[in-house]
Amino acid sequence: MNAESNLDAADRALINHLQGGFPIVEEPFAEVAKHLDMDEEEVTRRLSDLLARGVLTRFGPMYHAERLGGGLTLAAMKVPDDDFDAVAEAVNAQPEVAHNYARDHAFNMWFVIATETPERIAGVIAEIETATGLTVHDMPKRREFFVGLRFEA
Amino acid sequence: MDMTETHQCVLAAVADGLPFSPSPYADIGRQVGVDEETVIAMLSDMLESGTIKRLGLVARHRELGYRANAMVVWDVADELVDAVGQRMGAVDFVTLCYRRTRRPPDWPYNLFSMIHGRDRATVLAQVDELTRLPGLTDVPRSVLFSSRRFKQRGARYARPPVPA
Repeated sequence: MNAESNLDAADRALINHLQGGFPIVEEPFAEVAKHLDMDEEEVTRRLSDLLARGVLTRFGPMYHAERLGGGLTLAAMKVPDDDFDAVAEAVNAQPEVAHNYARDHAFNMWFVIATETPERIAGVIAEIETATGLTVHDMPKRREFFVGLRFEA
Repeated sequence: MDMTETHQCVLAAVADGLPFSPSPYADIGRQVGVDEETVIAMLSDMLESGTIKRLGLVARHRELGYRANAMVVWDVADELVDAVGQRMGAVDFVTLCYRRTRRPPDWPYNLFSMIHGRDRATVLAQVDELTRLPGLTDVPRSVLFSSRRFKQRGARYARPPVPA
């Protein structure tokens, strides 16, 4: 199913508005509703629906992992084509793997590891290497220049 | 900002999402055992200090029609990479931009930028545009489109996170 085609103008307005932030006030949904000229019940109904349909992954905070004492890194592997699905399954089975994408390159599997402590990153990498028999190339962030990650719906 | 135990409890209570109720912060307060005003003050603190980057929603880009997702990587001289990264991060179609550790000899690239576009042709034209930025014209680069997404979720914490 193509979820995109099922977004109406009000869904798009809501997504665009809330990617910029959610008010921290006593009645935040009422404030959002007022801004978008909807009623409060419509805002929460549309949000629940968008989450249920998987258009949204979450409605809540985006953390700064490092400031919370956590570890965060991007890692890549060169996976032989024939093993790709089995390796993806082994990597995704790790609860600390947050995202995993196949990409067109010799380094064809890219995933984000988010852990409770920075030390735990090495442990997750070692476990993935043991489970797959492949080398995990850790590419930690040195500096952040931009993290907007907002999409016009 | 110092993260108190109460900050951590508030953070843990919102980790899986805010409740869809008329006064969600009062609900969180009841769950944690503090009043609404305290929840509002603590979340505002954490937002201001950057412990929380943003409160709001996270959309799946593919579901919004952004089917071409490219990680564009560049091998920029170490002494130039910070200036070039700042320039690149300011470009409107760049959705993320980081400097990362190189892994030579296989991986010489140290500057990573993400472009999410509706189709590959548009994204490739945008990559061309980036190559015209000062410091990026003759730099080795590679464009890695994603072909499949296996997993996408926000970073979560099983228990209240420990402050740094």
